[in-house]
Amino acid sequence: METREPTIAATMPVLEARGIAKAFGPVEVLTDISLTVMPGEVHAIIGENGAGKSTLMKLMSGHLQPTRGTVAIDGEPVHFAGPVDAEHRGLVLVHQEILLAPDLTVAQNIFMGRELKRGLMVNDREMNRQSAEAVHSLGADIDPTTQISRLSIARRQLVQIARALQVPHRVVIFDEPTASLTPFETEALLKVIRDLRDKGVAVLYISHRLPEVGAIADRITVLRDGKLIATRNASELQPVDMARLMVGRDMSKLYPEREDTTSRQTVLEVKNFDVPGYARDASFSLRKGEILGFAGLIGAGRTELFEGLVGLRTGHGDIKLNGAPVKFHGVRDSMAAGIVYLSEDRKGKGLLLAQDLRTNLTLATLGKFTKGPLIERKREDKSLDKAISDFDIRARRRDLLAGQLSGGNQQKLLLAKMMLLEPSIVIIDEPTRGIDIGTKEQIYKFIASLAKAGKSVVVISSEMQELIGICHRILVMRSSRIVGEVMGEAMTEDEIVVYATGVKVNEAELYSAGNA
Amino acid sequence: MSDTKTIADTRGFGRKFADLDKTAVAPFLALAALFLLGALVNPNFLSVDNLLNVLTRSSFIAIIAVGATFVISAGGLDLSVGSMAALVAGIMILFLNSGAIDGDTAMLAAGVVVALGVGALAGLLNGTIITIGKIEPFIVTLGTMAIFRSVTVWLADGGSIAMKSIAMRNMFRPVYTGVFLGLPFPVWLIIAVGLLGAFILYKTSFGRHVIAVGSNEDVARYSGIHVNRVRAMTYILQGICVAIAVVVYVPRLGAATTTTGMLWELQAITAVVIGGTALRGGVGRIWGTICGAFMLEIVGNIMVLSNIVSEYLIGAVQGTIIIIAMLVQRTLQKKKA
Repeated sequence: METREPTIAATMPVLEARGIAKAFGPVEVLTDISLTVMPGEVHAIIGENGAGKSTLMKLMSGHLQPTRGTVAIDGEPVHFAGPVDAEHRGLVLVHQEILLAPDLTVAQNIFMGRELKRGLMVNDREMNRQSAEAVHSLGADIDPTTQISRLSIARRQLVQIARALQVPHRVVIFDEPTASLTPFETEALLKVIRDLRDKGVAVLYISHRLPEVGAIADRITVLRDGKLIATRNASELQPVDMARLMVGRDMSKLYPEREDTTSRQTVLEVKNFDVPGYARDASFSLRKGEILGFAGLIGAGRTELFEGLVGLRTGHGDIKLNGAPVKFHGVRDSMAAGIVYLSEDRKGKGLLLAQDLRTNLTLATLGKFTKGPLIERKREDKSLDKAISDFDIRARRRDLLAGQLSGGNQQKLLLAKMMLLEPSIVIIDEPTRGIDIGTKEQIYKFIASLAKAGKSVVVISSEMQELIGICHRILVMRSSRIVGEVMGEAMTEDEIVVYATGVKVNEAELYSAGNA
Repeated sequence: MSDTKTIADTRGFGRKFADLDKTAVAPFLALAALFLLGALVNPNFLSVDNLLNVLTRSSFIAIIAVGATFVISAGGLDLSVGSMAALVAGIMILFLNSGAIDGDTAMLAAGVVVALGVGALAGLLNGTIITIGKIEPFIVTLGTMAIFRSVTVWLADGGSIAMKSIAMRNMFRPVYTGVFLGLPFPVWLIIAVGLLGAFILYKTSFGRHVIAVGSNEDVARYSGIHVNRVRAMTYILQGICVAIAVVVYVPRLGAATTTTGMLWELQAITAVVIGGTALRGGVGRIWGTICGAFMLEIVGNIMVLSNIVSEYLIGAVQGTIIIIAMLVQRTLQKKKA
C-alpha cells in the first residue's frame, strides 16, 4: 500500500457537520454529530447496520433535513433545498442501491437529466464519447451504447459512479460501494477513490468492511446507535479496535454458545436443482437440528435457489423430505410440508407495512383463526399477545402499523408470523439485515433455540461473520452454483471468500499491488 | 432506533384526535357539509321525501360501487361495469320475454337468477383474463367494456330491449317503487348489500386476503395466499353487484337501451374514491363508498334545486369532486406519514 504525506495545507474543512441530529417522529436516530471533511482526505464512517451511517450521509448531501444543527460548506452554514441543490455546491452522493434506468444505455444514463444538445436534438455522439472517457478514467472499458440491463452489478455500479462524478464535485460521498463487488473490483474502486483524493477531492466513505476501511481512510469516525463514538486517524486504529468501537462490547458474546444439535437424521435432500437463470445443479442435504449457512456474493443465486425450492419460483430437480420425494407446486405446498422461507426483502415481501401487527401476524395462518368464514379476532389478539412476549416485539402501541416498527421488531414480527405455521425447516434469508446489535443477538439466540428444539435452519447471509458465528456448516455459492463447503475449523472468512469469488484473497492483493 | 415497551394509552384528547383516521371520517364530514349547503339553497332539500328520493336514485351506483370497493381494495380496477349493467339488463329482459317458464312470478324469479348468473360470469371473464393472462385490469376491462356494450347494441338491434308483458312489468315495478317499513325497497337493498359487503370485507378471511393482496401482492404470495383466486373473486363479486343493481334498474323503466349504464363506471369509481378507499389498494371502506354514491346524487339534486349552476354541468361538478377528494386524501396521508 502506498504511503502519503497528510495534506497539511488544507486547514479549512470543505464540509462540516455541526451538532446535527435527526428524528423520525419521536425516535431520534442521530444525536449531535459533529465532524469535518478536509479537501484531499478520505474520511471513513463506520458502524453496524442501523448505527445511522446512511442517515448521516443523507443529511450531509441534502436528501434529508436535520432536526437540529447545521451543515457547513467552507465554514459557511448552508441549508440544502434538496440533493440537486447540494450537487450545485459540488457535493455528490454515490448511492448504495443502483439507481439507473435498465432499458437505457450507459451514456443515456450518465447524462440523464443533463443531456448534451445540438440545437433541439440530443447529441448522442458527444455523450457517447464523453461517457466512454468517464468510464475509462474509472479503469473500466464499457461500450457506452450498451444497455444497463446487460451489465453486471459491479459494472452498473461503475456507471453510477461515473454518472455522479460527471457533476463538478468537491466532495464525493460513497455509501457502502463495495457491498456487491469481488475483491478485484473492490481494489479497482479503491484506486479510483485514491485518485480522487490525490486531486484534492474530499471523500466520505461509508462501510462496515473494516480491512477495506483501513486500506483507504485517512481518518475514521465510528458511529454506534446514532451517536458519534470516536474520530481517529486511521493509523491509530487496527480493525480489531474499530470492531470494538462499533459494537461497544466484546464481539464473542454476540453469538450464542455453539451446541452440537445436529442429529444423524437427514430431513431434506436436494439433488440437481435448477432455477432457470439463477441456480444450476444445486445438491445438498440438511439434517435435523442443523444450522446450515449459505454464503456468497450478492447475485450468486442463493435467494433464488431457495425461492425455487419452496415453490415461489419455477425450478426443477429432486427434493426429498424425510426420505420421501416431494413436489411443491406453490409456496402453500411447502408450507403444508413444514418448510417456511423468510424473505430477505422484509418490507417488500415479508410484511404488509400499511397494516397493523395483528393482520400481519396471522396472515399466513388465517385458517387457524376462523370459525366458518368468520375471523375470531379475540384469538388473533391472544396470539399477538403471545408473539409480543415470546419474540420480545417492542411496539409503543398495539395498533401500530408494521411499517412503524424498527427493522429489528419487523424481523421479530415476521419470525412470529412464520412460526405460527409450526415449521420443521426454517429458511431465513439475511436474518439481521438492517437490524440493531441488540436484536441481532436475540435473533441468533432464537435460531440456536430452533435447532435445539430439533428443527433445521438454513441461514442465507452476506455477513460472513454471522454465518461463522452461528452455523454448523456453510455452503458457498458462486455464479448460480454451490462451489464449496466449509465446516469446523475451516469456517473462516478467508476460506469462504476463496469459494465465493473464485480467487484467493492474497492473489487479489498481489494483483492490485502489481497494478498500483 | 430506540424502542419503548407497550405502555398504557395516557395521551390526551388532542393526541387521540390526531390519531383518528381522517380519511375514514372525511367523506361523512363532506356529506354533512353537502346537507348544510342543500338546506341553505332550498328548504325543500331536507324534506324526507326528497332525501328518500335521492337515496333511491343513488341505489344503482351505490350497489355497483360496493363491488368496486372489493376490486379496488385488492388493487384492481373494473371499467366495464356500466356496459356490463346494460348487457345483464338486456339478457335478463330477453329471457323474461322468452316465456320459457309458466307463471309470471316464477319467470321473474328465474330472471333474477339469470341476471345474477350473467353478472357473475361477466365478472369471472374479467377476473380470469386479468389473472391468467397477467394483463393490466385497466386494459382488460377497457376491452370488455367495449365488448359488453357492443353485444348489447347488437342484441337490441341498435335500439332498445323492452319488457313485452305489461302484467309482468306491473308485477316487477314495486322492486323499484315499493316501500317497506317506510323505506323504499332500493334503500333496503343498499343497506343489505352494504351490510353483506362490510361483513365479507371486515370479518372474513377472504376480506382479509383482499386487503392483503391490495396492500402488497408479493407479501400475500409469500404468505401462501391464493392471490389469483382472491383477485378473480373480487371481479365476480363486482359482477354480482352489477346484477343486483340491474334487478333494481329494470323495473324502473322496463327496458334496456344502448345507453343504459353509460358512464356508471366513472360514477362507481368516483364513489369508491371519495369514500376513502385508496385507488392503489390495501384500504377498503364499504360505508364510505355508499356515502360517496349518495354524495354524487345529492350534488345533482342540489344543482337541480338551486338554478345557480346549470344541471348540464353535473358531470363537470362530479369530475371536480373526484379530483378534490384525491387532493384531500393525499394531504391527509402526507400528514400521517
